[in-house]
Amino acid sequence: MRHIISILLENESGALSRVAGLFSARAYNIESLTVAPTEDASLSRMTLVTSGSDEVIEQITKQLNKLIDVVKVVDLSEAAHIERELMLIKVRAVGKDREEVKRMCDIFRGRILDVTDGTFTIEITGTGLKIDAFVEGLDKTLILETVRTGASGIGRGERILKI
Amino acid sequence: MSDKELNGAEIVIRCLQEEGVEVVFGYPGGSVLFIYDELFKQDKVKHVLVRHEQGAAHAADGYSRASNRIGVCLVTSGPGITNAVTGIATAYMDSIPMVILSGQVPTHYIGQDAFQECDAVGITRPCVKHNFLVRNVEDLATTFKKAFHIARTGRPGPVLIDIPKDVTTATCKFEYPAQVSMRSYSPVVRGHPGQIKKAVQLLTEAKRPVVYTGGGVILSDASAELLSLVKMLGFPCTNTLMGLGGFPGTDPQFLGMLGMHGTYQANMAMQNCDVLLAVGARFDDRVIGNPEHFGQVPRKIIHIDVDPSSIAKRVKVDVPIVGNVKDVLDDLLKTIRSGDAMPDPKALKEWWAQIDQWRARDCLAYNKAGNVIKPQWVIEKLYEVTGGDCFVTSDVGQHQMWAAQYFKFDKPRRWINSGGLGTMGFGLPSAMGVQFANPGQTVACVTGESSIQMCLQELSTCKQYRLPIKVINLNNRYMGMVRQWQQFFHGNRYSESYMDALPDFVKLAEGYGHRGIRIEKPEDVEPALREAFSRKDELVFMDFLTDQTENVFPMVPGGMGISEMILAEDL
Repeated sequence: MRHIISILLENESGALSRVAGLFSARAYNIESLTVAPTEDASLSRMTLVTSGSDEVIEQITKQLNKLIDVVKVVDLSEAAHIERELMLIKVRAVGKDREEVKRMCDIFRGRILDVTDGTFTIEITGTGLKIDAFVEGLDKTLILETVRTGASGIGRGERILKI
Repeated sequence: MSDKELNGAEIVIRCLQEEGVEVVFGYPGGSVLFIYDELFKQDKVKHVLVRHEQGAAHAADGYSRASNRIGVCLVTSGPGITNAVTGIATAYMDSIPMVILSGQVPTHYIGQDAFQECDAVGITRPCVKHNFLVRNVEDLATTFKKAFHIARTGRPGPVLIDIPKDVTTATCKFEYPAQVSMRSYSPVVRGHPGQIKKAVQLLTEAKRPVVYTGGGVILSDASAELLSLVKMLGFPCTNTLMGLGGFPGTDPQFLGMLGMHGTYQANMAMQNCDVLLAVGARFDDRVIGNPEHFGQVPRKIIHIDVDPSSIAKRVKVDVPIVGNVKDVLDDLLKTIRSGDAMPDPKALKEWWAQIDQWRARDCLAYNKAGNVIKPQWVIEKLYEVTGGDCFVTSDVGQHQMWAAQYFKFDKPRRWINSGGLGTMGFGLPSAMGVQFANPGQTVACVTGESSIQMCLQELSTCKQYRLPIKVINLNNRYMGMVRQWQQFFHGNRYSESYMDALPDFVKLAEGYGHRGIRIEKPEDVEPALREAFSRKDELVFMDFLTDQTENVFPMVPGGMGISEMILAEDL
């Protein structure tokens, strides 16, 4: 089962490698991981997407909490939450493909950020599934390059992760 | 706080003094020269010069285990810290509080592949509770305060402080923080009262109870509370390898050690109980064997541990209690005393009758006949000669299991061994730490001819500091436990487990300036031990030539259930 875990951790050198090292040392999956400082510069917020049985997820949260640099851990998927991911995708856009790609981009509410004679660079934001669907919808031979941020997540309503 | 500025090296020593550190085990090198210079200028912190950094880490570890003070070791950058890693990992696996100071190349050299540079923080990350790289001299004092705090609280463990050389020469004002608070670290101490009530209900309703305890009891100094609880309830108690001494080994309610080489009665009771109270133990593979097999029998499990991640890791638990073992046991005792429920004496009597039947199998009996020294015999005689009043360290293998099975530890912190990592070479250097922590006390190191050679160089340290350790070398010319597994599971193909070209251990001991004795006959065992232990101020190396093919029984083969034991009588 897929879980999206939010972590507040000390914004210190080595903190990220402690989390990443924990996952590799204990053979846990990491589907994606994003991290950046918060409005409080001493803290970083990490969103980590993983999968495993309930027992494995319980161990993951416990082991994360044990790391000295980790301040708080929440399994966002336990309740209502929002998740978003951003993808930048560069596609070959010549001839009739130019129109087709533009149309796809509109349907998915993407934005074209860069245009050249032969290429479009598009920004798509949404859940992982939406981004997957966009990639699926494109002619594979047109895709030149993709870069995805991995999911960022936040609880809905009054569910707040803060110290 | 005085206005005088100190350099980083002075601050390091002042921090150690503030923490009450009396002894540091270490080995100098380029990046720690300024720290060694400051050590030289004072006499509050004693430095013990080992012969290899692994020895420094094991000695600091042994010092911690035998005293409940924090062992400290000091090593240089690069090979200094990599040599110490085995010792750090050993302490980590057994949750031993320890502080490791490592030198580092100057901050502006870091990442340049400088001479004797290695990423100490990176290389130790998976085997420390936490580590620090100190980039500014202003951070040194706080870092020391945090390191000692983290090492000793919660589930204890080793903490490393990596100190670049330029930080040891930079200066600032020194003030040692009175306390430390970390928003991301606040271990639980008291157990949840609701959970304690549930536990008491289960315990008082139990018909076939077992108390199973591990290293956590020793680490939190909870032996007295454990004894009161077990006595009050009248329950049987078993210890893990790490927990020996947590409950008195000579008490009639003690079932012996459990696990892969546990006693028949302990393993059978563990498998067949209806309520299991697990205290500071973690159900590891060497203790419960195959968790599926263990889970086949329905029983209620109460698990007390300071580390939440140890709970429900390998087995399902009905009543988890997170907290410091000593505090939780104390609360359990109070709750039981304040109520009027007690276990049904009739059911307990029946349970004890069943246990006595299992005990009657006498699973530790062995054949004493013949002209060859049986290793078990040596341990039994060691126990007799010392009257059990002795610290015993061990290396890893058959001799470790025999020491655990045949020496009865009545007190905590007397049995010092590498249970989790299983580090050969641990015995001798850890005995040095034990001796420094307990001057004037008797320390024996039970080892084998293979293990002892892994940190043999420390015989020289023992000479320098006149450590009167008694080395019990059970010399069967084999890596005995490897040979045993090869006999059982690899068709008697003794691949690379024979120890050829062994040194003459008597001459070797003499070469280091110690006394050596070779013992070849069973009747000479006791006189040799008496002779050795009567020499209070010298190290005696006893080389016992023992039965080459003796095996450790009972044995639960890897992957099998805890009650699926091979007994000596089966063969």
